[in-house]
Amino acid sequence: MLIEEIMIKEVTTLSPSNTVKDALQTMHHKKIRHIPILSTEGMVIGIVTDRDLKEIVPSSISEIIDHSVYDTALADVMTTNLIIGHPMDFVEEAAVIFYDNKIGALPIVSNNQLVGIITETDLLYKYIELTGAHQPGSQIEVRVPNVPGILFEVSKVFHEQKTNVLSVLVYPDKESDATKILVIRINSMNPLSIIQGLKDSGFEVLWPNVPGVVL
Amino acid sequence: MKKEATFIFSEEQLGYSFSDTHPFNQKRILLSLDLLKKSGAIQDSDIVPPRMATDDELLLAHDSKFIDIVKKAGKGELHEDVSDIYGIGTDDTPIFPNMHEASAMLVGGTLTAVDEVMEGRSKYALNLGGGLHHGFHGRASGFCVYNDSSVAIKYMQEKYGARVLYIDTDAHHGDGVQWSFYDDPSVCTLSIHETGRYLFPGTGNITERGNGTGYGTSFNFPIDAFTEDESFLSVYKAAITEVTEFFKPDVILTQNGADAHYFDPLTHLYGTMAIYKEIPRIAREIADQYCNGRWIAVGGGGYDIWRVVPRAWAHIWLAMTTDSAPTGPLPADWLTAWQEQSPVPLIPTWEDPNPLYEPIPRKAEITEKNEQMLSRALHMIRNEKMNK
Repeated sequence: MLIEEIMIKEVTTLSPSNTVKDALQTMHHKKIRHIPILSTEGMVIGIVTDRDLKEIVPSSISEIIDHSVYDTALADVMTTNLIIGHPMDFVEEAAVIFYDNKIGALPIVSNNQLVGIITETDLLYKYIELTGAHQPGSQIEVRVPNVPGILFEVSKVFHEQKTNVLSVLVYPDKESDATKILVIRINSMNPLSIIQGLKDSGFEVLWPNVPGVVL
Repeated sequence: MKKEATFIFSEEQLGYSFSDTHPFNQKRILLSLDLLKKSGAIQDSDIVPPRMATDDELLLAHDSKFIDIVKKAGKGELHEDVSDIYGIGTDDTPIFPNMHEASAMLVGGTLTAVDEVMEGRSKYALNLGGGLHHGFHGRASGFCVYNDSSVAIKYMQEKYGARVLYIDTDAHHGDGVQWSFYDDPSVCTLSIHETGRYLFPGTGNITERGNGTGYGTSFNFPIDAFTEDESFLSVYKAAITEVTEFFKPDVILTQNGADAHYFDPLTHLYGTMAIYKEIPRIAREIADQYCNGRWIAVGGGGYDIWRVVPRAWAHIWLAMTTDSAPTGPLPADWLTAWQEQSPVPLIPTWEDPNPLYEPIPRKAEITEKNEQMLSRALHMIRNEKMNK
């Protein structure tokens, strides 16, 4: 899936001449934590986060309050060495960028113009969708040998029983490198015949998978 | 004279039947009623036949297009695959002859139960044919076509102006009823169920608390696989007591799925008959204390129809009509009448054998996790109580 399919296209932005006060108010009203800063030509030249602002505004319990801070231009406080993404990046790549750089939002730039933004929250929701956990279904976990062609063998069982699979995830098996755990969500309240089919094909079914408890 | 309790039943309720091999099997109702009859616990005069819900009544909680599709499907006039849109014709909820009439009969049974209680003819009423809690506004799901509880709650709101508390102890989340009233502050839904981590439908997290003005009137208590009796009952008692005190309902509607038992093939909660003895007795206490006794009970899931459901469901009627729960052997003529048909040996006593299964490792941790879940789920109303 491409970033352009999930990014927010109506982006709230400010200019470098706006003040810290403007940014604080905008974040408060729009309930956002990241504001890209645009030049008059529409290029992204920086980003201001709620964390940047918390570092520079006086503490609410401080005795000396310097009000001039609030009038500081954003040009002086914004982060300029930006990490940006492209609308045609893969969602998976974006997730790695977030993780590696410990950032909370990624401005999406095309043709030197800001075209969107995605945040950690948007990505997390996409991952929830990937797991299929947002629609009614049952979850089955299967321990399979880590060899080529095994997914085909497993999916044959679902094909034979005409069961609609909502999602498939592959996890490493903590107990052994020789096996993997397939996490499969199916669109059914009654997974018993699927479980039997998987067992008949020689797979170990974990339903439910509670470490230390053997059914 | 006002009756203590009314049992809704007629053979027509057995028409809700997908196939001989489908886990949802209404023979459970016959087995339960026969157990009560042979125990001498029910008279013919206690039984009232259900009526069929009208289209207007179904429309209280369902989409007209969906109802039309179900009607067509039941008459064999549906030629396209609508499983993606309307949820019927799936492995879970296959099409069967006259499925509209059969489904509307189950809804009508719950409405009959409602009228018996709300019009004061009976203190309590039981419709074991109801409890189809997965039915959605425009879509069948998880063995359920029409949602009798959703229709009945709307019906109680419109006809009697009642404030309803819905309590769901089925091992699966009561999603259909929850979503029907998710925005409505005058209906409170409470569901205790095995966590959706593995089990259908997957929803029922404690964070699902309602929406808009209905925020704070949806309660979920997802308990872990291998919860067992003590932890189940301790969560149930705390949840039902504190939520009733908070919401102050006029009437309670309980959904009594009997699928949290060790023998149930679809779930992993490892309950025993002890929970089914207690659940309805606590519900009755709550109804007596807070709702002038007004209590309507419906059935629900329950997929070991021989060893679990008859005893569990008989306990509901016995909680409505007797002060102490039965103990000791089941009537011998009930056992002989049904043993031949049963693929498994029937349990000959009201109690389960003790122990029923090998002890579960990690019991202390599972209990602790459930306690933590309970306090997070009740956090808001406990706070509100402290600040009063």
